[in-house]
Amino acid sequence: MDLSFSPEEQAFREEVRDFLKSELPERLSEKVRTGKHLTKAEIEEWQAILSRKGWLAAHWPKEYGGQGWSVVQRYLYDIETSQAHAPHVVPFGLSMLAPVLIAFGSEEQKAHWLPRMLNGDDWWCQGYSEPGAGSDLANVRTAAIRDGDEYVVNGQKTWTTLGQHANMMFCLVRTDTDGPRQHGISFLLVDMEAPGVEVRPIITLDGGHEVNEVFFTDVRVPAENLVGEEGRGWTYAKYLLTYERTSMAAIGSSKAGLAWLKSIARAEMANGKPLIEDALFAARLARVEIELANLETTTLRVVAAAAQGGAPGAESSILKIKGSEIRQEISSLARRAIGPYAQPFPPEVDMEGSNEPAIGPDYAGVITPNYLNLRKLTIFGGSNEIQKNIISKAVLGL
Amino acid sequence: MDFTLSDDRQALVDVLSRFIRERYSLSLRRNASQDAPGHDSGTWQQLAEIGVIGALFDPEVGGYAGTPYDLIAIFETLGHGLVAEPVMPVLMAGTILAETRPDLLEDVISGEAIVVPALFEAAGRYDHTIVQTRAAKSGTAYTIDGAKAVVLHAEAANLLIVSAVEDSGDVGLFLVPTDAEGVFLRGYPGNDGTRAAEVSFTSVAVGEDARLGDLSLADAALAKGSLALCAEALGIAEWLKTATLEYLKTRVQFGKPIGSNQALQHRMVEMVVRIEQMRSAVINAAAALDGSDELARSRATSAAKYTIGTSGIEVAEEAIQMHGGIGMTMELDMTHYARRAVLIDHQLGDADHHLSKYIASAAA
Repeated sequence: MDLSFSPEEQAFREEVRDFLKSELPERLSEKVRTGKHLTKAEIEEWQAILSRKGWLAAHWPKEYGGQGWSVVQRYLYDIETSQAHAPHVVPFGLSMLAPVLIAFGSEEQKAHWLPRMLNGDDWWCQGYSEPGAGSDLANVRTAAIRDGDEYVVNGQKTWTTLGQHANMMFCLVRTDTDGPRQHGISFLLVDMEAPGVEVRPIITLDGGHEVNEVFFTDVRVPAENLVGEEGRGWTYAKYLLTYERTSMAAIGSSKAGLAWLKSIARAEMANGKPLIEDALFAARLARVEIELANLETTTLRVVAAAAQGGAPGAESSILKIKGSEIRQEISSLARRAIGPYAQPFPPEVDMEGSNEPAIGPDYAGVITPNYLNLRKLTIFGGSNEIQKNIISKAVLGL
Repeated sequence: MDFTLSDDRQALVDVLSRFIRERYSLSLRRNASQDAPGHDSGTWQQLAEIGVIGALFDPEVGGYAGTPYDLIAIFETLGHGLVAEPVMPVLMAGTILAETRPDLLEDVISGEAIVVPALFEAAGRYDHTIVQTRAAKSGTAYTIDGAKAVVLHAEAANLLIVSAVEDSGDVGLFLVPTDAEGVFLRGYPGNDGTRAAEVSFTSVAVGEDARLGDLSLADAALAKGSLALCAEALGIAEWLKTATLEYLKTRVQFGKPIGSNQALQHRMVEMVVRIEQMRSAVINAAAALDGSDELARSRATSAAKYTIGTSGIEVAEEAIQMHGGIGMTMELDMTHYARRAVLIDHQLGDADHHLSKYIASAAA
């Protein structure tokens, strides 16, 4: 049993720290630290910095412009960037589509789309969910009918994260209605600027605009935008979902969130002393800190197994369940910490940072919307109920 | 033992429920909170006309009812309809006026005047006894300087009841018109759709008769306000239960209603059990408030607010989770109820505040 990282891994960690210290603009990290929303331009600014360093897609194989990092390196990188409050890289193209293209795409597709991702030429969004489908992803009804060299797409996608910024979408479409429903699903790349694509905002309960509905009316998509074989989209999508879940422990985000929460609990006063010294609040804080320390080791155990060559399987469901619960609890405690100032609804300018005097403490405004927004963590990416089904079937054999 | 409502109380609940069903809506509520006065004055007038405001107060001071049991019947119904009118603040302020200036209650009951309390300050968190606002006396006038935090429905009010430290060092309560020179209101909508304001006082001059009495007058008002919030939360929880149950029965996934999953059935049952415990906590608080034992009153109020604070949030979070993605959208009525259920824990003391008070009173 040895919980320490190797000297090489330690050196790598230092390299990441040094890079962040010299290259991460404080203007951006301060917004991330205090829970403010980043603009599209700010996200792109950070992604360009990473691209110059060659770290934007470090998890890709070297031949495609990645670094071929090990699982441990990726884990350390995630922790360090989160703790330094670096903006999150938009994962849709770089982490979700790219692995599918690398594994199943044609040489032309790889040569065309992968360099554009590294250049920041495209903003990708994901078109999986449909109205009424929820966690039942195989319930795809958006139709793509082959017509000569094109597919004609009709239907609707929903919960499209940051679709308002996207110029491209990778989506699941139904190309065949016969046979089992997992068959007949294909994986298609759609130009969001094509005629017949309409994006409508969904306002979430925090008042924010992060997700969208996307409507397709007779949208013509070149047949060369089909990834892999027609009818095999479900296989590709499942391959992709395993990528999504391994990152869901979100240890780095939770550690950064906990540090922020503690700074707030030191600033808030309750009964004449700092809130962090309040017995009840301190107990809540301790409980979540212990849970997080435990989950960090659980994650490392999965990472170590993966480093030995074991593919993360149902264990990633455990990470998703506990990781989402911990992040939600930290956001709940932040809401509790600010007391009466959980009530004011911040104007949009406060969410994006402004020079107007805040209502209450300057850290307060974003907290309740953030708490409300993070309710999504246990719902999306396969709801926690679905994750429990996976564990009970795949691990326990029930 | 009789846990049923009296005929009069049931009649009032029926009238109020019908009014909400036929005349009130969540879109009215949402629009009203965007700007001052932050509530719908037409709704307020009608609440006065059907006797809801009068039913908050004792017949001795011109009201029609006013017992704790009347309060829970009214506020549970208001909660069920998610009514964002200043009923709770007016109950609190009116409770203080009933003891000090009953002559002012007539206009309150008729709906012409709105009076709300401004008792909390930023530094005090949930402790209303921490007061930095000052009332300096010179001759027959007071000059008030300071600020109050998150004053619910301040922009709707003609008069505020403001706590301030007097020259003696004791804290008194003062009646301050919102349009007095030196009163500044910075209004905003709340995350739960309730409008509030930061209120500052800069050399605000009021007469000697503005002084209502000392801070202990606030105790009964705070107890009634807490009871009202607890009953409101109960009405909201009942609504969330009904909506979630309906969703479990009608939402089909993987070819069957999601409510056919035993895991969700048990969670729904947990919600029902929680709500029954909430109801009992509210009844306990009303019974204690009806009695004369001060310690029992304080303990039952804190017990109820603690129960409502923890369970109200649990019910809200479970309702969102069981609705899935659609439960994340502003478009659904459910999410407005859920947000209010959560934010009730941030008014008049949260679960931890009241649990601490409860523990301290047990030690006393």
